Amino acid sequence: MSTVSETTHNGAVAVGAPPAPTADDGLSPSQLAAKYGLTVSGARPGLAEYTRQLWGRRHFINEFAKARTAAQYTQARLGQLWQVMTPLLNAAVYYLIFGVLIGTRKGVDNFIAFLVTGIFIFTFTQSSVMSGVRAVAGNLGLIRALHFPRASMPIAFTLMQLQQLMMSMFVLIAIVLMTGEVPDASWLLIIPALITQWVFNTGLAMIVARLGSKMTDLAQLMPFMLRTWMYTSGVMYSIENLTSHAPHYVRILLDINPAAVYIDLARFALIDSVTSSQLPPHVWISAVAWAVLVGVGGYIYFWKAEEQYGRG
Amino acid sequence: MAVAEQQPVATPPQTAEARVPTVIVDDVHIVYKVYGAGTGKGSATAALGRLLLRRGSPNVRRVHAVRGVSFTAYRGEAIGIIGSNGSGKSTILRAIAGLLPPESGRIYTDGQPSLLGVNAALMNDLTGSTNVLLGGLAMGMSQEEVRRRHQGIVDFSGINEKGDFISLPMRTYSSGMAARLRFSIAAAKNHDVLMIDEALATGDRAFQRRSEARIRELRKEAGTVFLVSHNNNSIRDTCDRVVWLEKGELLMDGPTDEVIKAYEKHTK
Repeated sequence: MSTVSETTHNGAVAVGAPPAPTADDGLSPSQLAAKYGLTVSGARPGLAEYTRQLWGRRHFINEFAKARTAAQYTQARLGQLWQVMTPLLNAAVYYLIFGVLIGTRKGVDNFIAFLVTGIFIFTFTQSSVMSGVRAVAGNLGLIRALHFPRASMPIAFTLMQLQQLMMSMFVLIAIVLMTGEVPDASWLLIIPALITQWVFNTGLAMIVARLGSKMTDLAQLMPFMLRTWMYTSGVMYSIENLTSHAPHYVRILLDINPAAVYIDLARFALIDSVTSSQLPPHVWISAVAWAVLVGVGGYIYFWKAEEQYGRG
Repeated sequence: MAVAEQQPVATPPQTAEARVPTVIVDDVHIVYKVYGAGTGKGSATAALGRLLLRRGSPNVRRVHAVRGVSFTAYRGEAIGIIGSNGSGKSTILRAIAGLLPPESGRIYTDGQPSLLGVNAALMNDLTGSTNVLLGGLAMGMSQEEVRRRHQGIVDFSGINEKGDFISLPMRTYSSGMAARLRFSIAAAKNHDVLMIDEALATGDRAFQRRSEARIRELRKEAGTVFLVSHNNNSIRDTCDRVVWLEKGELLMDGPTDEVIKAYEKHTK
C-alpha cells in the first residue's frame, strides 16, 4: 500500500507494498551490493582488464576509422581525391616559400625530396595531435550513448591519420622517384620508422585527448604550439647545417626532438644523399625510446581518467 | 558494453521469492555546477581579470538536482520514472549510468547500465547503416553478429518503410527517425540494465508498440528496464513499478496503478 509520503530531507519515504520478507531485508545497501556482486557505477576497470576490453573493440576501432575517413570528404566535390591533393598542395606551398623565395636549400642535396619527406612526416604527428585534442571532446554524443573503452577514440583517430599517411606516402614516393632517387633495400627502413612514429603519435594523441576533454581551450592553442614545434624540427632546413656553429647542447636538444628523429629516419630511408654519417648518434634508440615512453605513458595517463570522460 | 565482457556470472539460485538486485541507489544527492549562468560579465577583460585574481567564475551556480533518493531495482523489473519537468528524472538516470558523479551517497549497479536519451546522438555525418555497424561493434558485438542482426535492426527501426533511408547520412533524418534508429541499435543487445529517457516519445504509434514489446522481452531476459516518460499510458503498458520524483525528492515508489493515480490527482 503506498501512500504519498510526508517527504523529509533525509529521504525517508513510504515504499510500496514490500514483497514477502527475504533474507536480504536486514542488509544495508552496501552489504546488499556486496552480496550480489554489484559494483559502484562508473568505476574505472583495472589496467589489464581495460586493455582486454580495448582489444575486444579492435574491430570497432578499425571500422570507426574507416567510416570516418570515408565520410571526411563527402561534402567536397572531388571527394577522396583530396587525400592526395592536400599533401601535394602543402608541399607545393612550402617549396615555393622555403625552396625558391627564402632559399634554405643551400647545402642540401635534392631539396625537394628532403622538404617533402619532412613535411609529410611532420604532418602525420601534427594531425594526430590535432584530431587527438578533439577525440573525446568532439564525440561526447557517442561517448554518452554507448559504453566502450574511451581509448578507442584517440586510437581510431590516429589510425585515420596513418591511413592518410599511406596516401601521402604514394605521393611522396612518386616525388622522390621523380627527383632522381633510385629505390633500394634501404627504403624498407621506412616501415619500422613509421611504426615507431605511429606508436608515439597514438600516445601523444591520448595525452592531448585527456587534456582536451577538460580544457576545451586547448583546441585553440594547439595550432600555435604545433607550428613552433614544426619550425624547430628541421622540416624545411637541415639541423646539421644550421647548428654547425651552435653550442653542443643546442644540437643535442634539437636532435633529441622526437619529430626530428622520425623525420631524420624517413629521410635516411628514402634519400640516398642522406647517409648514416649525417644521422645524429643513437637515432634508432631514440625513436624506439620515444615510442615506448609516450605510447605507454600516454595510454596509462588516458586510462587514469577513464571514468570522467563524457561527464558533466 | 562492459556487461558483455563479464564471464557468465553464476546467477544466485533464483527461487520464486528471491529477488536479485541490479541497481541500488543509496541516499544519493546530485549537485550540478552550471557555468555561464547568472549575471556576471562575460567580456574578455572580465575573464582575464578573473584569471589574474585567481577567482572562480561568478557565473558558476550550484543546482541541487537530486536530494537524497534511495531505491533498489531488481532483475526482471520495468520501472517507470515520472514527475514534472525538471524534477530530476534524467539526472538520476545519468548518475546510474555512471555519467554524473553523485555529490554524496552511492549507486551500485550490476555490470554497466546503458542509457538511451533523446539527445544521445550517434555519428551524424555517417549513414544509418554505418551507425548500425559502429554502434553494434561499440557495444561489444562481433562483426559476424552485427552482420547477422543488421537487417533486423533496420526493420525494427522502420527507417526503410518510406524508401531507402538507411544509406543516407544520419544528419538527413528527422528527429523521430534518428531516435528510432538509436533505440533499435541499443535494443538489439540484451542489457542487464537499460534506461530509456523519453527516447520513444518521438516515434510514431507503430514504432512505440514495437518498442514496448521489445521492452517486455528485455525484461523476460532477466534485465531491468527504466523508462522515463510523460506518457502515462506507455508507462502503464510496460511498467509494473513506478517511482515518482518531484523537486529531486522521491515522492512515491510503488505499483504502477497506485502511483500513477496519485500522480494524476496531483497534476490535475
